Amino acid sequence: MIEFDDVKKEFGGKPVLRGMTLHIKEAETVSLVGTSGAGKTVTLKHMVRLHEPTSGTIRIDGEEIQDLDAVELGRVRAKYGFLFQSAALLQWMSVFDNVALPLRENTKMPEEEIRERVDRVLEKVDLTHAKDKIPADISGGMQKRAGMARAVVTEPRILLYDEPTSGLDPVTSRTIDKLIYDLQQDLGVTSVVVTHDMISALTISDRIAMLHQGQLSEISTPREFLASTNPVVSNFLDSQCISRNFFEEFPERTFS
Amino acid sequence: MINRHTYECPECEFFLARWGHSAMAFFQQVGQAVLLNLQAMKYLPTMFRKRTWPEVVYQLFFTGIRSLPVLSVVALFTGMIFALQTGLELQRFGQEVQVGGAVTVVMLREMGPFMTGLIIAASVGASVGAQLGTMTVSEEISALEIMSIDPVRFLVMPRLVGFCVMMPLLTLYTDVLSVAGGSIIAVTQLGVELQAYIDNSLSYATNKDLFTGLLKALCFGFIINMVACHQGLTTTGGAVGVGKATRSTVVISFLVILITGFILTKLFYG
Repeated sequence: MIEFDDVKKEFGGKPVLRGMTLHIKEAETVSLVGTSGAGKTVTLKHMVRLHEPTSGTIRIDGEEIQDLDAVELGRVRAKYGFLFQSAALLQWMSVFDNVALPLRENTKMPEEEIRERVDRVLEKVDLTHAKDKIPADISGGMQKRAGMARAVVTEPRILLYDEPTSGLDPVTSRTIDKLIYDLQQDLGVTSVVVTHDMISALTISDRIAMLHQGQLSEISTPREFLASTNPVVSNFLDSQCISRNFFEEFPERTFS
Repeated sequence: MINRHTYECPECEFFLARWGHSAMAFFQQVGQAVLLNLQAMKYLPTMFRKRTWPEVVYQLFFTGIRSLPVLSVVALFTGMIFALQTGLELQRFGQEVQVGGAVTVVMLREMGPFMTGLIIAASVGASVGAQLGTMTVSEEISALEIMSIDPVRFLVMPRLVGFCVMMPLLTLYTDVLSVAGGSIIAVTQLGVELQAYIDNSLSYATNKDLFTGLLKALCFGFIINMVACHQGLTTTGGAVGVGKATRSTVVISFLVILITGFILTKLFYG
């Protein structure tokens, strides 16, 4: 579904990705974890060609995306929903209009049908009561949920999340995790989640990818990840005081 | 689609090479800014779509109506100052009746579009640069691109219409108000009859003066949009970057307006 082969990226001569090879299968949820500067967000942005690789190939559904023209790129991007770290809602529009925007701009769907679909998605993220508010008047957690609603309203096949729980309190973070998990279950989409939050990664992922210094250090299921002897993984888990027996000690944390 | 490629200047010891690379980077920026506006022009036929039209109308309102208070004060007082300075000199030769023609011709040809351009660049242009800059650093522009909504069509085109339609109209408004300001001074300070002032104004001003002034205004509108949108959409570096983009919008717009004004004057009157 999403394939990175030996992708390298430099910014101003400084290498950020140093040969990233990562294959993500259809309908699975993969979390990208790692320290700041490991290249997680840069990897995510390469998937939608917000960044272009210095070398290497990126394929989406077997199609190389580096050389696509604007029209073809638009067709590939239509497969995506993207939740930005800051939610990236347009500040002058209401929550409802933000969510409706991709449908109004890219489809010929009648306004009535758009309203129905947006209402349904807002209900799913529990934002019906705030649909007429502008982003500045709602909390960070609500903005993230509105961003998620906008990401899923077009019924994409791939959902990308850039630090969906950063800056949120633990309770709201778990609500967002549950929402990501539920959306994945309901829609059967492929999800890629960039996060620092190991609890989040352990509870929502089919596989966790550990990035270190611009390379893939490990990719494994959450249980294998906890049992890993890779020093990079161990250090990362220890830094967040994550027990190797996480699933046994906190069975209520798992959504499945 | 926004072209964000930046010319990377290699490290050079020789100063002429450094200047050369800086010049290359500058011309690349200019080229990108011009292309951005040309791309926006390509989208002009979509402006009457049901879902685009409200944004275009808002930009017309934002650029035009919101600028009227400051423009009114500046236009009125510029006309008065110019009439007073010119009138007092003309009075020494007993030619104060000529003040109407002097004020009208100068305003129509040069000062009307120039003043309007500077005020719109400093107020609306700076605002557009800051807004688009903030949207860029807060990833709203990236979000639009991922949703396959071209920011050039969605953001640049309505602003291009706003600037290019309102600049000539605002310039006409500035011309009228400046000449009216001049008439107040002519009548109250220089003892010129109002009818004589009007007759003198009309006898000197020609259609060419009016239309070259309006053409200049149209060009200035194009320039302000080009600079503001390009600076905003290529902003990097968070809040500091937004500040730089806003400042650059005003400074670059002023300089380009000045130079373009001279070139057009030379072209039509040189």
